[in-house]
Amino acid sequence: MATRPRLAVFKFASCDGCQLSLLDAEDELLEFAGAVEIAYFLEATSAIAPGPYDIGLVEGSITTAHDAQRIQDIRAQCRTLITIGACATSGGIQALRNWADTDEFLQAVYASPQYISTLATSTAIADHVRVDFELRGCPINQFQLLEVVGALLQGRTPRVARHAVCLDCKRNGTVCVAVAQGLACLGPITQSGCGALCPGCDRGCYGCFGPALQANPRSLSDQYLATGHGPAQLLPLLRNYNAAATAFREESERIERLAGAGD
Amino acid sequence: MTADPGLIPIGGERRIPSDRLQDLIDLLRQDDYSVVGPTVDQEAIVYDEVTSVDQLPRGWTDEQGPGTYRLARREDDALFGYVVGPHSWKKYLFPPLSTLSAADRTEQGWEMRRVEEAPPKYAFLGVRACELAAIAVQDRVFAGGPYVDPIYSGRRQSAFLIAVNCTQAASTCFCTSMRTGPRCCTGFDLALTELPGEFVIEVGSDRGGTLLARLTTDACSARTLAAAEAARQQAVDQITRRMDTTDIRNVLLTQLEHPRWQETGERCLSCTNCTMVCPTCFCSTVEEVADLKTEHVERQRRWDSCFNPEFSYVHGGLVRNDIRSRYRQWLTHKLASWQDQFGTSGCVGCGRCITWCPVGIDLTEEVAALREKPACP
Ligand code: SF4
Ligand code: SF4
Ligand code: SF4
Repeated sequence: MATRPRLAVFKFASCDGCQLSLLDAEDELLEFAGAVEIAYFLEATSAIAPGPYDIGLVEGSITTAHDAQRIQDIRAQCRTLITIGACATSGGIQALRNWADTDEFLQAVYASPQYISTLATSTAIADHVRVDFELRGCPINQFQLLEVVGALLQGRTPRVARHAVCLDCKRNGTVCVAVAQGLACLGPITQSGCGALCPGCDRGCYGCFGPALQANPRSLSDQYLATGHGPAQLLPLLRNYNAAATAFREESERIERLAGAGD
Repeated sequence: MTADPGLIPIGGERRIPSDRLQDLIDLLRQDDYSVVGPTVDQEAIVYDEVTSVDQLPRGWTDEQGPGTYRLARREDDALFGYVVGPHSWKKYLFPPLSTLSAADRTEQGWEMRRVEEAPPKYAFLGVRACELAAIAVQDRVFAGGPYVDPIYSGRRQSAFLIAVNCTQAASTCFCTSMRTGPRCCTGFDLALTELPGEFVIEVGSDRGGTLLARLTTDACSARTLAAAEAARQQAVDQITRRMDTTDIRNVLLTQLEHPRWQETGERCLSCTNCTMVCPTCFCSTVEEVADLKTEHVERQRRWDSCFNPEFSYVHGGLVRNDIRSRYRQWLTHKLASWQDQFGTSGCVGCGRCITWCPVGIDLTEEVAALREKPACP
């Protein structure tokens, strides 16, 4: 039997949820473990095999100078580098610090802030090194991860759609919560991936999978602003798990300017 | 010639009291139909399987406008006192997801097989005139040419259609402009007109006449027939939205550079909702889905949309690479090139795309704007 590709999973600033969703794929995990050699995956096993690796999965964002260096070393060791989750692909919820004063946070949160060494920003892995594929989501969808790794093993393009969540709502028969209930839903500008989970539970989409391909956030927020949703509601909606993703960031900054002008 | 007692002729009209509608549902279920009809769910009137009249939206109606839909109480107990909702019958005849074929890797190589489903046998209860027209449009698309879609036609052939004449209209309805309604004229097995406490049932096919003959019904008095006619006229009178269809094919196809496309392209989210709710839109994507070891592969068909940017992907890139070109593709196909392709308009005037567009883009307004000469720059 040919040698199996060697897989490594690395963690940066993150909650571990994306790695866990791989471990959660119980039915497929054995098949997965049979298809690759898991060489480095601290969340799953303490056995560590040295690089280089064929496939590197990276969770988390870059928030320290040390991590900014570490990702360079990891890139050099991985033939194919795949980033997984909102933290790794857009900076995650911790990118809220990009609009704030990090020193102020340090003073408020830590008893001995002098021991903390951190950057003023949280940034995506692709801002630091070349990334071969970005898998979105907070957390990622385990079936999409299996699809991406499977596609890589089979030498084909992964089937990861980049259209809006709305298409999945309609395939599911879910009634639009924006139109029928007047909820502010980010689905029309958010990439599919969750299978339209929240609208199926009477909630608007929170944007976990980041901006859809060629999203048009401006028109959507203009509509929500015109139908009774204020900037105080839209700003935190755009600024959550994918706050720093370009389309969401630019729109949240526009709304902030609009709100400022209205003061 | 004596009339066949087991058959009420086409065009014949009978009456039943409202509390006997359950008999119709029971009879259909006895004949192995799964009855699909309107019911309240997720803050809307949707289509789902029903076994009892109590599941119908008794006393409910809908209020619709561009980008908005709200359920509201009626002052009476009408069962069909609403217009059209987020769902259409398309989801039963052309399901959102189907497996077309499968293949397994064996010692002898790949073993391919068709995935044949025994088509479910549906009775649709509450089909509106515009929806009958939409089904007729999809009949042409899926079964009208040399290549007949087996999934659609299998389901379509056995489907029993019970239409309901509209007795009211939404602000988004424009079936009169598209000449598809609100009166149900053809394409049904039975058609109901709801009056307070009773229904008039009209026969539209032999299959419908045979079924109706098995129900206990009464003759219609002249007064009942007149009341039914008045109720139907009420819907006609309530329709306010218009679309001027004069020479629409040529008007649209000669305005491909009109500045309106750019303006609407800036409003449109390219979210696909309009195409998904449209009862005639038929686009799909076909994907090969394999397991990790590539021992089992399925070919799956899923609803897709011309508003999905990747729908126009051909080797090397996206053909319609901005929202403007995607909106233009949709509207010109629906109203203009559809005529070249299928000999009819692709729009039946149901208004769903107006209601369910999150930003309320209204195609009747778009057509009116495109008819205006653009201002000189
Ligand atoms: S509920 Fe949200 S995601 Fe679903 S169709 Fe409506 S706007 Fe789109
Ligand atoms: S284009 Fe709009 S109004 Fe026309 S049939 Fe489709 S959804 Fe109905
Ligand atoms: S017209 Fe409306 S529903 Fe259709 S894609 Fe554009 S924004 Fe979505």
